[in-house]
Amino acid sequence: MGFLRRLIGREGDSAPAPVSSEAGKMLPAPSRFDVGWVTDVGKVRDHNEDAALVIVAAHDGDEGPPSFGLFILADGMGGHRAGEVASSLAARVVAHHITRQSYLPSLLDHERDASQPALTEVLVDAVQAANAAVSKEAPGSGTTLSCALVLGTQAYIAHVGDSRAYVLKEGALEQITQDHSLVDRLVHAGQLTPAEAAVHPQKNVLYRAIGQSSVLEVDTHVRKIHAGEYLLLCSDGLWGLVNEGEIVKLIEGASSLQGACEDLVAAANGAGGSDNVTAILWRSPLG
Amino acid sequence: METRQIEASQPPPEKPVQGAPSASDQRRAQRSEPPAQGVHAVEGRLPEDHRLQDRYRVLSILAVGGMSAVYKAQDLRFSKVKRICAIKEMINSANDADVRAMILRNFERETNILATLNHPGIVQVYDCFTEGNRSYLVLEYVRGRDLEAVLTDKKGFFSEQKVVGWAIQICEVLSYLHRHEPRPIVFRDIKPSNIMLDEYGRIKLIDFGIAKMFQSGKKGTMIGTEGYSPPEQYQGIADPRVDIYALGATMHHLLSKRDPRLEPPFSFQRRPIHETNPSVSRELVGVVNKALEYDANDRFGSADEMQRTLMSLRSARDVRSTTGLGTSVTVSSEITPLWRFAFEDEVRSSPSVHQGTVYVGAYDHNLYALNAENGEFLWKYATDGGIASSPYVYEGIVFVGSADRVLYAVDARTGRIRWTCPTKGKVWSSPQAAFHHVFFGSDDRNLYAVNVEAGRIAWKFKADGRVRSSPQIGEEAIYVGCEAGLVYAIDTGGDVRWRFRARRGVTSSPAVTDEMTYVGSQDRYVYGLDVRSGWLAWRYRTDGPIISSPALGKGMVFIGSADKHLYALDAESGRLVWRYGTDGQVTSSPAVLDDAVYFGSVDGCVYSLEAKTGNLRWRFQTAGPVTSSPAVEDGVIYIGSSDRYLYALPA
Repeated sequence: MGFLRRLIGREGDSAPAPVSSEAGKMLPAPSRFDVGWVTDVGKVRDHNEDAALVIVAAHDGDEGPPSFGLFILADGMGGHRAGEVASSLAARVVAHHITRQSYLPSLLDHERDASQPALTEVLVDAVQAANAAVSKEAPGSGTTLSCALVLGTQAYIAHVGDSRAYVLKEGALEQITQDHSLVDRLVHAGQLTPAEAAVHPQKNVLYRAIGQSSVLEVDTHVRKIHAGEYLLLCSDGLWGLVNEGEIVKLIEGASSLQGACEDLVAAANGAGGSDNVTAILWRSPLG
Repeated sequence: METRQIEASQPPPEKPVQGAPSASDQRRAQRSEPPAQGVHAVEGRLPEDHRLQDRYRVLSILAVGGMSAVYKAQDLRFSKVKRICAIKEMINSANDADVRAMILRNFERETNILATLNHPGIVQVYDCFTEGNRSYLVLEYVRGRDLEAVLTDKKGFFSEQKVVGWAIQICEVLSYLHRHEPRPIVFRDIKPSNIMLDEYGRIKLIDFGIAKMFQSGKKGTMIGTEGYSPPEQYQGIADPRVDIYALGATMHHLLSKRDPRLEPPFSFQRRPIHETNPSVSRELVGVVNKALEYDANDRFGSADEMQRTLMSLRSARDVRSTTGLGTSVTVSSEITPLWRFAFEDEVRSSPSVHQGTVYVGAYDHNLYALNAENGEFLWKYATDGGIASSPYVYEGIVFVGSADRVLYAVDARTGRIRWTCPTKGKVWSSPQAAFHHVFFGSDDRNLYAVNVEAGRIAWKFKADGRVRSSPQIGEEAIYVGCEAGLVYAIDTGGDVRWRFRARRGVTSSPAVTDEMTYVGSQDRYVYGLDVRSGWLAWRYRTDGPIISSPALGKGMVFIGSADKHLYALDAESGRLVWRYGTDGQVTSSPAVLDDAVYFGSVDGCVYSLEAKTGNLRWRFQTAGPVTSSPAVEDGVIYIGSSDRYLYALPA
């Protein structure tokens, strides 16, 4: 058995080096599971229809369950405060479904079973449960929903609407999710350029969102977030007002994840703050 | 035979339920052009530049029907861009005020349902409103033409592939509609003129029969179009299988180019597609005929089922099943082997290539070494059982398992035995080696770790079932399946790091990256597991048990199934990218090289497909089932067949 120990022992030599050590950049990736998040009403609106929900369960030690992070972002819509109801209800239902139905019962087992649904299926079910709840309890309202379940370094993402999930790696943002918005469709159909879409008066019109239809298709993605890479969830109040280059600069220039989120919100507000703005930022820890 | 049965039991009605339209009406319908102005005494159409709701500016008339018209219009609310939409106008001509009100209510109800539909294959409804006795639907403007216009202009016949590609897309939209909650939406009027082909070759359904609601009060009114509608629709039945029939009728029309509106109703079975177009495959004719069965119970039970059947056709091979975008041309050419080598028995084992030598085991009990360049015999080593396990070369030694329950370590150069490791079960598992140890499974349920030089067993891991899967060595653990359905990640010290339990045996060998482990099971699923924890990230169900082991490349997982297909799944989400149908089970494990994927099928062929699209590059026919998996080295594919040959093929 010694040889396998040697095999595994090699880990120490090959541990990935800190990703960014250039001057002016953020500190090396944290060794602990850490997350920053901010949601802000912005400069123009009088209430915040965004909802953010973060659950983290981390532990130290080589054996045992992987660190767990559940990041949920919802951006509600509908008059008379119905948007707030929809977004917070959706976020709570998703969190409830994922933790109660799937995570807690099986986290501590070390045997996985094909009779349990796949994690991507759990996420889809959770979002659909939120859809049913919003349709029932807040009819006429709607909300986007982007959520990421992080287990160890693997991110499982489910998404409807036009909030976004990005990976920041090697100094560039990569958008993981696709916007379910009318303008995005028009761009794909070649009827609008991205520049036209950015200023389009109907850019908030979604063709897929929670609370809009009893049939809801949910996109899923599975991504490994390597040590030092960031996962960013944000509402259109951020990506609609602050360009990607600026977002990268703010994240890499901040001294902490929480600080980065605060800087992002400040930048959106500096650009007019015309919408509610929410950012959730996680960085994959070392080893 | 079928035709006779139908005629005997259910003669077509002598007179159509709806009065037979005049020939000129029909010809007009066929051309889908507006009739000359003034033929119908319809109230005035909206002039160019007319404003509706202070928001839509009429640009031109796109089409005019009896009581309806379609305009091209500009949405003025989008001030910075020129947004074009289509506006359908329907005139509420009922005299009775109550009937008028009912029509309006129906219109609003139906429109509201349509507005909630989200599918790229359905024209989007943006808005609806009523002005006086006219109701309007504002729709997505589709750049393209309807299939009727495409059909009219087409010289000769459409390719089978093209029609199958459209039909698969239509099935997808129909299953979306039929699965609608709380109750299924039945389209009720599938026909070429209601199917738009956009500029990218994608289909969109455009008319939900809403216009028909405005034609009530006439005797014999039926939603649907004579010629394409099934018998039960004349009784007012709107079951999802109505759409299956109409799709069958549409496919019949597209393939045979005979317009069903000019023929007696329900007479498809009496005018086989082959009468006008003999080039259509029998399989496709079978699908169309099944959709067109007189009795709804004899048709496909669902659009899903019809889609699956269509996708299994040879002509669907080049159709990208998820998007229906595949229009590329199949390149198929016969290739000639560089050499082949005859054995005394079947070659089920997969060859290995190492430093110019091909090593392969045969059912004649021998392990062979051949010159990779010309197939020249170098040496053979006799075991006491058939060899189905694949040899593995490591540090100058060839390792191979045999049905005689022994693992052999043979000198790679001379073929002389170095050592043997007896077990208590047959060895079907193919050995793997790393860190001076060779790993293999046995039917005695153990996974063995054996020292390479001395042949000494370092440890055994007792699995829950026979180990026929071949172990894969990852960064942090060894991954292997067993016939009891478990997949193990075996950690430092031979301990289990995690286990994953599938519903049936796992003979397939896992493929491992630094993120995921992929494996197939006889429970028909392909599983994507988190490599560190065994969490099930996604699963994909094929239609048959899986023995084949996955290969990775281009962000995809390639794997064969006993349902005769090779699958390409997106490694990140587990979604189907494409699948390719052969005529036999695919138990062979694919190999990926550059842009191509190679595998064998029980149909006797070796296939090479483009990895990205699943398009056929070439196919090579052997004289027996190919269960062996290809080895790829220096632009050459080495693969065995049950016809007792090992072939060297140019990649």
